[in-house]
Amino acid sequence: MKLKITTALATALLAQGAFAQEQGGRLDVVVQPEPPSLMLGLVQNGPTQMIAGEIYEGLLRYDTDLNPMPGLAESWEISEDGMSYTFTLHEGVLWHDGEPFTSADVKFSADVFLRETHPRLRASLEYVESIETPDDRTVIFNLSEPFGPFISVFEVGTMPMIPAHIYEGTDFANNDANNTPIGTGAFKFESWERGSFIHLVANEDYYIDDLPHLDEIYYRVIPDAASRAVAFETGEVDVLPGGSVENWDVARLSEGDNACVTSEGWEFFAPHAWMWLNNREGPTSDVRFRQAVMYAMDRQFMVDVVWNGFGKVATGPVSSSTNFYTDDVTQYEYDPDRARELLEEMGYDGAPVRLLPLPYGETWQRWAEAVRQNLQEVGINTEIEATDVAGWNEATAQWDYDIAFTYLYQYGDPALGVSRTYTMDQIERGSPWNNVEGYENPELDEKWAAAAGTADTEERQRLYTEIQQELVDDVPVAWLQELDFPTIYNCNVQNLVTTGIGLNDGLRDAWIEE
Amino acid sequence: MVILTAILSRLAKAILTLLAIAVLNFFLIHAAPGDPAAVLAGEAGAADPQFIAQLRERFGLDQPFHVQLWTYVSNVLTLDLGYSFRQDAPVSQLIADRLPATLLLTATAFVISLTLGTAFGVLAASQRGRPADSLITTFALLFYATPLYWAALMAILVFSVQLGWLPGFGFETVGGGYGGLERVLDVARHLVLPALTLGLFFMAVYMRLTRSSMLEVAQMDFVKTARAKGLRGSVIQRRHILRNALLPVVTLAGLQAGQLVGGAVLTETVFAWPGIGRLMFESLEARDYNTILGVFIVSAAMVILFNIATDLIYRLIDPRIGAKA
Repeated sequence: MKLKITTALATALLAQGAFAQEQGGRLDVVVQPEPPSLMLGLVQNGPTQMIAGEIYEGLLRYDTDLNPMPGLAESWEISEDGMSYTFTLHEGVLWHDGEPFTSADVKFSADVFLRETHPRLRASLEYVESIETPDDRTVIFNLSEPFGPFISVFEVGTMPMIPAHIYEGTDFANNDANNTPIGTGAFKFESWERGSFIHLVANEDYYIDDLPHLDEIYYRVIPDAASRAVAFETGEVDVLPGGSVENWDVARLSEGDNACVTSEGWEFFAPHAWMWLNNREGPTSDVRFRQAVMYAMDRQFMVDVVWNGFGKVATGPVSSSTNFYTDDVTQYEYDPDRARELLEEMGYDGAPVRLLPLPYGETWQRWAEAVRQNLQEVGINTEIEATDVAGWNEATAQWDYDIAFTYLYQYGDPALGVSRTYTMDQIERGSPWNNVEGYENPELDEKWAAAAGTADTEERQRLYTEIQQELVDDVPVAWLQELDFPTIYNCNVQNLVTTGIGLNDGLRDAWIEE
Repeated sequence: MVILTAILSRLAKAILTLLAIAVLNFFLIHAAPGDPAAVLAGEAGAADPQFIAQLRERFGLDQPFHVQLWTYVSNVLTLDLGYSFRQDAPVSQLIADRLPATLLLTATAFVISLTLGTAFGVLAASQRGRPADSLITTFALLFYATPLYWAALMAILVFSVQLGWLPGFGFETVGGGYGGLERVLDVARHLVLPALTLGLFFMAVYMRLTRSSMLEVAQMDFVKTARAKGLRGSVIQRRHILRNALLPVVTLAGLQAGQLVGGAVLTETVFAWPGIGRLMFESLEARDYNTILGVFIVSAAMVILFNIATDLIYRLIDPRIGAKA
C-alpha cells in the first residue's frame, strides 16, 4: 500500500516536471560595451537598458506585435475621446528595499524625475496635462490633446518607475543610490566588478508567484568580438544578445550543437539604418543627386553579403514592424543607369563627397566600403572619412558631413521614433538624433502633427501613408535596411524572448531546461 | 650620498615632467572631436538641447577652457585625480580597482620574458652555430614577428577551445565563490594564457639582444685575457661576458617596465582581463576626460619611476657609471 502511494506520487511529480518550468539556475549573458551606469532613469543607452530593464519595470510591457501587456499595471483603460488613460497597479508590489510601490511613485517618476532627465519621454509628456492618483493603486494620465502613440510610452526604457522614497527632493544625478539601483523588477542588483561582470539575483518577493525562474544572472563584459564568439563556443556564456558578435560569426555559431538563433525581441525598437544626406549644401542638396544615390546602391547585395542575409531592404522611413507602415511607395531598385541619368540631368561635376561610416565594428566598415563602391560606379567621387564614436557624434550633430551612416530605433510608432528625423521643429544643431539632414517641408509637418494628434487609427494610417509616399520621393535621407540583430543562445534556455524588446525586459520568464 | 642627491634631483625633475604631461594631455584630449556629454547623449539614442546642456553643466564643461584647465591642474597638484561623471566614481578609485589586475599580468609577463629571454639568449650564444642556436633564434624570430592579437586568439583557440586546458577569459571564475588558496590557483590558471601571450614578444627581444650582446662581448680583449689566465669557461661566461652583456638588456627591461601600466591594452581586450589598459581605451572612446587623464598620469609616473630605477641598476651592474656621474 505504501509502495503504491509512493509510485503514484512519483508519477505525479514526473508529470508535473515535464510541463512545469524548472526553477533555479544561472544565466550568463554577454554585455557589450560595459554600461556607464545602471540607473535607467538617467542613462538610456543600449547596455544600460538591457540590464536595468530586469531591475526596473514600466507600467506596461509589449508583445512582439507591439500589443500592450500588463506590467506594473495589471489593467488599463483609455477614455473614448483618447484624453485620459487610467491604470490600475498590481497589488502588493515592493521595491527591492522593501518599501511598497504606489501610485505616488508613478506620479513622481513621470511628472518629476523623468520630465527632468529623459529627453525622449519629455517630448511625449508635453501632451500630459495632469497626473492624478485618486488612491494608492490608481493612476490617471490626463492629456491636453489626443496623442495617438501615447499607449506606447509605458515600456520600461521609456518610462521606468523610479522610487520616490529614494529620489524625492534629492539631486538626481548625484544621488549615491545611483550605484545600487533599486527597482521593482524580478531581479535585484547584487554586485558590479567593473571590467568583468554585473551580477543580478532573483527577487524573492516578486509580486508574481513562481517568477523569476532563474536564481541569478551574470552579465559578462568581454570587449573583443572574436573572444565573445569563443566564449559562447566554450559555454562560458549562454546568450549572445543581438549585435554582440560579427555577422559572419552568427552564421558560424548558429550551426553549433545546441545553438539556437532568434531574430525576435527587436520589434519595438525596429532599428532602421540609413545614411544622412546633407540637404543644406553640396551635391546632396539636389533631390536628383539623392535619388541617384538610392538607385546606385545594390541594397539587397548589402543585406546578403555585408550582413550575411540578416535584415531586410528598407522601403522608406518607417520600418515594416512599426505601426502604420506602408509599402505603397516608389521602389528604388538597383539601377545604376537611372542613377547616371539623374546625375547627368543635374549636371553633377564630380565634386568629392565625404562618406562617414558608423564606427561600430567590421560589418559597418565593410558596409561603407560597399556603398562607396556602388557610388563610384555611377561616377560619384566618394571618400571615406573614418572616425571613432565621439567623432561621428560630433560630425553629424554639427552637420559637418555629406553622407553619414546612422541607425535609429522607432519605438513602435512613427510619432515616437520617425517624425523626429523629418520635421522642421527638430532642426537643432547639437544632437545627432533629430532632423540632422536639414529637410524642410512645412506641408508634411502639418500632416505629421495631425497624425500624432488624433487617436483615430484609420485617419492616422491615411496620413502616415501620404507622408511616407512623399518622403520616399524626396529622399531626405538614403534608407538602407531594417536591421536584424539575431540573438544566439544555448537551446536549453527556454522562453528567452517573449516581448517586443526581448532581452531588455524578458528574463523574468526565462528558465533553463536541465 | 652621490646617489641620494642624484635621486632627489631626478625626482624634482620628474614632478615637473609629470605636470607638463598633465597639461599637454589636457590640451590633446580636449582637441579630439566630441566631449563626454555628446557621447552620453549620443548613446541614449535621443537627445534634446536641454539634456546635453544639463550634462555639460554637471561635468563642468560649460566653464571656460582656462578655468577647466586650472581646476584640473590644481586638483592634480593636490593629488586629486577628479571624478568620472560617466562611471559615477572617483578616478582614483577606478584606477585602484583596475591597477592590481594589470600589474599582476604585466609583471608576470615581464618576469617570464626577462628570465626566459635572457636564459635562452645565453644558451644560444654559448651554442653558437649549433642546432640549439638555430632552433632558439628561429623561434625568437617567429615570436617577434607574430602580431599579439593573432597570437592571443590562437592561444585561446588551441588551449581553451580545442584542448580545454585553460580558461580563455577573465580574471577568475565568475561566481565561483573561491577563497584562499583555491582563489589564488584559479587566478593563476586564468593568468597563464594572457601572461604568456604578452610575454612572447619581449622574450624574443631579450633573447636576441642577450645573444648578440654576449657574442660581441666575447670578442673583447679582456675575455681573451681571462681565457689566457686559464679561467674556467663557465666562470668567464658568467662573470666576464654575461655581466657586461647585460647593460643593453637592462636598458630594454627598463623600457618594458615603464609600460607595465599602459602597455597591455590589446591583451586585456582579447582575454577580457579587467585591467587599466581597457579602462584607458574605453574612457578614450567615451571621452571620459578625467579618467583618461588620470590613467595617463599614473602611467607617466610609472615610466619615470622605472627610468630612475633603471639608472640605479646600471650603477649596480657597472660601478663605472656611478663614478662618472
